[in-house]
Amino acid sequence: MDSDSLLLSLELASGSGQGLSPDRRASLLTSLLLVKRDYRYSRVLFWGRILGLVADYYIAQGLSEDQLAPRKTLYSLNCMEWSLLPPATEEMMTQTSVVKGRFMGDPSHEYEYTELQKVNEGDKVFEEEIVIRIKEETRLVSIIDQIDKAVAIIPRGALFKSPFGPTHVNRTFEGLTLSEAKKLSSYFHFREPVDLKNKTLLEKADLDPSLDFMDSLEHDIPKGSWSIQMERGNALVVLRSLLWPGLTFYHAPGTKNCGYIYVGTGEKNMDLPFML
Amino acid sequence: MEDSTALEQEKENQESGEEGRPWDQMTAASAQDPQPGLSEHPESEQGPDPGPQPGSSPPRSPARSSPPVDDLACPGASPPSPPREPSSTPPLALSGQHLAAPWQSDKTTSGIPEAGTPRPDHWQQSSDKGASTPHQTCQSKGNAFQQFQQTDSHLYEPRDANGNNSKQEDLRSDIFQEEDSDSQHHLDEAEPEPEPEAAPSMLEMAIQSAKAYLLKTSSKSGLNLYDHLSNMLTRILDERPENAVDIIENISQDVKMAHFSKKLDTLQNENEMLPTYEIAEKQKALFLQGNLEGADQELEDEMAEPSLPNVMESAFYFEQAGVGLGTDEIYRIFLALKQLTDTHPIQRCRFWGKILGREMNYIVAEVEFHEGEDEEEVEEEDVTDERDNGESEGEDDDEDELPRSIYKAPQPVPKEESRTGANRYVYFVCNEPGRPWVKLPSVTPAQIVIARKIKKFFTGRLDSPIISYPPFPGNESNYLRAQIARISAGTHVSPLGFYQFGEEEGEEEEEVESGRDNFEENPDFEGIQVIDLVESLANWVHHVQHILPQGRCNWFNPIQKSEEEEEEDDEEKEEEKEEPDYMEQEVGPPLLTPISEDLEIQNTPPWTTRLSSNLIPQYAIAVLRSNLWPGAYAFCNGKKFENLYIGWGHKYSPDSYAPPVPPSASQEYPSGPEITEADDPSVEEEQAFRAAQEAAALPAEENEDTEEDEDDYD
Repeated sequence: MDSDSLLLSLELASGSGQGLSPDRRASLLTSLLLVKRDYRYSRVLFWGRILGLVADYYIAQGLSEDQLAPRKTLYSLNCMEWSLLPPATEEMMTQTSVVKGRFMGDPSHEYEYTELQKVNEGDKVFEEEIVIRIKEETRLVSIIDQIDKAVAIIPRGALFKSPFGPTHVNRTFEGLTLSEAKKLSSYFHFREPVDLKNKTLLEKADLDPSLDFMDSLEHDIPKGSWSIQMERGNALVVLRSLLWPGLTFYHAPGTKNCGYIYVGTGEKNMDLPFML
Repeated sequence: MEDSTALEQEKENQESGEEGRPWDQMTAASAQDPQPGLSEHPESEQGPDPGPQPGSSPPRSPARSSPPVDDLACPGASPPSPPREPSSTPPLALSGQHLAAPWQSDKTTSGIPEAGTPRPDHWQQSSDKGASTPHQTCQSKGNAFQQFQQTDSHLYEPRDANGNNSKQEDLRSDIFQEEDSDSQHHLDEAEPEPEPEAAPSMLEMAIQSAKAYLLKTSSKSGLNLYDHLSNMLTRILDERPENAVDIIENISQDVKMAHFSKKLDTLQNENEMLPTYEIAEKQKALFLQGNLEGADQELEDEMAEPSLPNVMESAFYFEQAGVGLGTDEIYRIFLALKQLTDTHPIQRCRFWGKILGREMNYIVAEVEFHEGEDEEEVEEEDVTDERDNGESEGEDDDEDELPRSIYKAPQPVPKEESRTGANRYVYFVCNEPGRPWVKLPSVTPAQIVIARKIKKFFTGRLDSPIISYPPFPGNESNYLRAQIARISAGTHVSPLGFYQFGEEEGEEEEEVESGRDNFEENPDFEGIQVIDLVESLANWVHHVQHILPQGRCNWFNPIQKSEEEEEEDDEEKEEEKEEPDYMEQEVGPPLLTPISEDLEIQNTPPWTTRLSSNLIPQYAIAVLRSNLWPGAYAFCNGKKFENLYIGWGHKYSPDSYAPPVPPSASQEYPSGPEITEADDPSVEEEQAFRAAQEAAALPAEENEDTEEDEDDYD
């Protein structure tokens, strides 16, 4: 959710029970403004909160002029002092994929993971236990990146691609209409398109190149990984990810108010097929 | 259509009457041809001449093509029109050589059959019909108009084409006008081309042709670029967006969309908005109800303590803790709870929480009825009776030879009475505040046991079936009730000392030792330091009974009843299941056990405590978060406490869900003496048997006699 309209956004997204206490709100409003100034971001998003056992991570993201450019992620434990996280790499992903369970809430906490590795010594091949230490900060980076790539969403038309390449916020975006708001095809993944390139020309024929340049939600796997609800008597549409429980997207049809927030444990719901 | 024709007629009048002169001047100024002057004269004279309307008719010298208009305009004027004809012929005659061909073409394009017919007949026809169809009028008018222009400015081919274009446009009168004037200019400029002032006119002509191009109407949408651009600019100037150049594409799109959206059916729009109004109408009832209820105060006087909880106060504390719903939503729930307590005999009510679903959510209220409730209990008992009857009927039938299945379903564990154990409270749910509350059925142990083995998302419809591997006995309302029971048992906690065991209840209960299950508020509770609550989990206790693996809170010994029913069968059939149960009774932690003794799952502590604010610790509250049931929270500010659950209704496990293993396949009968058969008797054996029988024949006869004797005795 945009840091400029944080209070309204929090109110809109409150249907899932994910709120911020008044002191957290006030400190976020203050500190995100300073973050925007110090890091020279054109836009700062309050990304959400990852619940740890001891403390929670508050996450914010800084966007540059090009909305789809790689984002800078910051975290904070007290909502005032923000630290920049390193960009996520493939290596981190594979490394942290073995860690399970909840976050601790301490960035320097180290998970220990013992791995069996085959070691060749002459003719003999024997297995050796190697203890791998993974810092929680690394895990945090990779989880945020995974969530962003999987479930960060934006309504169709909120961004447009200019002929020069960069993607901008669409000022004339007036919100989705009511009938559009009920369809998954009106929402896009807020990331560089992946599936779009694989589509056939026939499928792309109806797309508007300045608007339809991102992957739409309707082809997500598995089908039914989104819960779409009209709340407050159709005045608010809320999308909840079932794959990453805790991610809530809200949009008031007919207005520009839209955004997403993640409040959860930072664990993927691998049981989704059983639960549908 | 008629309006437009009227409009056009007006315009014609204007053009002929007033604008005719400017054109005259222009043509006179630019071109020195004698012809325009000549052709103009009759026209300008005639414009004012037939002062009585329609003044425009004279230029339409070939009145044959336009009689309907005349009829329409003034039916009474038909007699004077013939005299006009001769007066209008001069232009014809003057420019006759030029005009002849185009007129011919005009007549054909206008497609008016009457054009060729003799005049008197036609008059007759049109007067008979009153007026020809508007379309026809329009066409003929366009035709007439064209002719008017032609006479005006020395007809030639391109002009004719323009005229045809304009005819297509006859609906859009403004464009019509513009185009006409354009073509007029065009013509005027075109003519003097050979003249000395060619240089400026070249430029102007280029401009004019560009403009004409812009005005070209798309055959697909009926728009032209000129109008579109001017609309866009109007909109930009009206709205003054910043950096308009960046968003020009979107503005263009919006303008076009606006043009098309006008045609939308209004009925369709109305339908789309209906649900919004519907829920608003229902919620209006919530807000209005307060006034109505205030009128009869007798009910309120009866109740010593209010049954309605102070939802807003606890919502305030939960907001400090960073959980909870929006302010307006919680207030609507508050009103909905008021509605619930007003319509039911409720002793105590509580906002339990919210369970998220895929299509709709559930708002759950936990209530305790007054003593005299239990309407629904009767119905449920009936249902169980029916089931019993069904079973007994099945048993009655078997008096036959074939063995029946001796498998009997394990003795169902009966559900707990209402107001005890897991059915201590009654739960009401609704999808949205304002919608009707639905009472959930009471929970059975079997449902809890199965619910522990499955993990399903709620859909939001209470009657949707639960399709799961261990088949769930019931639909979603039962599953919801089972999950509520599990969550309540796991996460409802209170600060140590707030509740104490009641003394009387212990005597009533049969199993006093296993755990007293009733408690009451401690009147001497002085409150706990908030910091103590945060630092030590031992200061929080469960005040809801633990649910045993059996699915009940109080142990039910299944073997007792079954012994009463059929003692012999028990040993054989229920051996495997019942014996271990019989040996050891399932025991859980007793009531009011500190949560510090809760089991932890794989290095995950079951609870996290926090102070709501580190900045102002003296007024902070203690916040407790369950890690076992994500979404369950509790707060305590020393004196007051509350529990709340908002979430998907699932238990947390670090490992992913694994469906339960299928039940083991039953063993077949061991091959014993009952299964195996002896070989057929051989001949020797039968012979030996016969010999033995004959040997025994005599004593057998004696036996028969004795038997008869016995019969006689009877």
